[in-house]
Amino acid sequence: MKKILFVCSLVLLVSVFFVGCQKDTGVIKIGVAGPHTGDLASYGIPTVKAAELVVADWNANGGVLGKKIELVVEDDVCDPKVAPDVATKLIGEGVVGIVGHICSGATEAALGIYLDSSIPVISPSATNPPLTKSGAYPNFFRTIAPDDAQAILEVDFVLNTLGKTRIAVLHDKQSYGKGLAEFAKSFIEQSSNGEVVLFEGIQADAVDYSAVINKVENAGADAIIYGGYHPEASKLVSQIKEKGINIAFISDDGVKDDTFIEVAGSAAEGVYASGPNDTTQDPIAVKARENHVAKYSEEPGAFFYNAYAATQALLTAIANAESTDYEAITSALTSNYVDTTLGSISFDENGDAIGVGFSMFQVQNGVYVEIK
Amino acid sequence: MNVQYLLNLLMSGLTKGSIYALIALGYTMVYGIIKLINFAHGEIYMIGAFTALIFASLLHYMGVNMILILVISMAFAVVFASGYGIIMEKIAYKPLRDAPRLSALISAIGMSLFLQNYVLIIQTERFLPFPRLIPDFPFLAPIQSFISSRQIVILAVTLVVMVFLSILIKFTKIGKAMRATSQDKTMSLLVGINVNKVVSVTFLIGSATAAIGGVLIATYMGQINYKIGFLAGIKAFVAAVLGGIGSIPGAVLGSFILGLTESLGTGYISSDYEDVFAFLFLILILTFRPSGILGKPETQKV
Repeated sequence: MKKILFVCSLVLLVSVFFVGCQKDTGVIKIGVAGPHTGDLASYGIPTVKAAELVVADWNANGGVLGKKIELVVEDDVCDPKVAPDVATKLIGEGVVGIVGHICSGATEAALGIYLDSSIPVISPSATNPPLTKSGAYPNFFRTIAPDDAQAILEVDFVLNTLGKTRIAVLHDKQSYGKGLAEFAKSFIEQSSNGEVVLFEGIQADAVDYSAVINKVENAGADAIIYGGYHPEASKLVSQIKEKGINIAFISDDGVKDDTFIEVAGSAAEGVYASGPNDTTQDPIAVKARENHVAKYSEEPGAFFYNAYAATQALLTAIANAESTDYEAITSALTSNYVDTTLGSISFDENGDAIGVGFSMFQVQNGVYVEIK
Repeated sequence: MNVQYLLNLLMSGLTKGSIYALIALGYTMVYGIIKLINFAHGEIYMIGAFTALIFASLLHYMGVNMILILVISMAFAVVFASGYGIIMEKIAYKPLRDAPRLSALISAIGMSLFLQNYVLIIQTERFLPFPRLIPDFPFLAPIQSFISSRQIVILAVTLVVMVFLSILIKFTKIGKAMRATSQDKTMSLLVGINVNKVVSVTFLIGSATAAIGGVLIATYMGQINYKIGFLAGIKAFVAAVLGGIGSIPGAVLGSFILGLTESLGTGYISSDYEDVFAFLFLILILTFRPSGILGKPETQKV
């Protein structure tokens, strides 16, 4: 693993070096930033590969605006202290747009610098909601759904599709589950047709959840929204079934995992969970995967499809704008739909991708089935 | 005041308590005899559950009926876990018997980490489904929402094991030898008690109860993985200390108090602070009774 990382970083280093040597102004430079070394390198390297594949594809077809496209790859190790330096360096290289950064913290730290220089940024993976919703970064776009998207979907599903009104919101007190549960709680409170009758954290790894299940029953809840992972969820649904309580159980993509069905067995039947839209069968995604396997002889890694889509969206926007001007690119991003590995996507005024997100699934006969 | 709700909470408190008690009994016995807090006890419980899962899957494949599977796989779990317990004592604790107590404690923590990683490597890091070996009793159907067959079995087994251990220690020859060893090891040796054998038997019994607990709790929860011993072990340890470590009825009483505190705390205040209630209660009791509820105060030897 260390060796692979070393080789990867060496390759990256050398490629950066070559890029630095070419003083050709007849190219369009795109920055790629993210962790390429360190603990989180596995989140960042697939993005570099995705960008390389897309750019190779475009260059083979004549590049964009009649010029070749060139990638400038910089490592921010997911560190908010390093990211601003990376941003400054990329701007110095003369990039016209960024694919990255990967981690929400590093992205936020770098965004202000890009904004000052009017550089559009498309992240394949930064999910922190305020990055788009605060409105502070009009230059920011992302090809991944923000963290609260699942909560919005779950709440909408429970209240409007299932027609439940009294919701118990449980979570596992960890950052992912609790964050989701808090979003769900605030969305239910904002809605007019539902109320949160119980909001509780449960102890992960505990031997028994019957007390909290009693509490849910006593609160008169007709649905549970659970934020967390599958080990606790399977204990909860097993014990709910054991007590013979009939209540809808809705959870997140931490539970949309086949291990959940395997462990919870018959108690998993009927459980709802939100999960990312599956677009891996989309022809563009299939082709991207084939190219990746052909070039690197391995399956694509984390956020590969998101990064592929981000690069496609950025290059298409430059092509549509017929310029590398900031205003032109951003308005092209928000006004056109692009066919990508994530399906046909565009961006809303905040910078969140339209058409990228989550769907509800239900366990039916031992498999998760998407609910249309 | 909702009586039905209160009764439900009491019931889940008792279930939780008896789960802790099945593990706490072994803790307290080992401590009573050799004054060692065996931190690897939770791992023995986990190994018992894994052994039972392996044999239960095998027997299920052979088409044996459910009750028989429970009995046979539990028997194997007890045998294997006791084996691990005895070998663990010989390897990790016996060479340190005359060393300061802290060394043995560190050795116990090491053993705990070793056994966790051992199961992680030879088995899996994934959560595995554990079969429902205890069937639903038909006579419980009307009150199923109040108490399930698995809860009844766990409660009953806890009480049986407690009574059995109390009788063993009070009235049998080996029990007498255990009490003697616990009071004064050197003197016991002088009067001809085989202290090594007594310690081995203690680990055997402690591990056997942990294995029984492992099987019953796993079938109640419906899942196991290599980490289940850790939190359960810690809670059981707290329960044993609460009741007075070294005392058999104390371990059961402490477990019930811990289970009820957690359950009522969850029910009437918030489950966010479940552990906080448990430990607040522990601090409160230890402030007034430093050796636990049923523990004997340690007399200073002059």
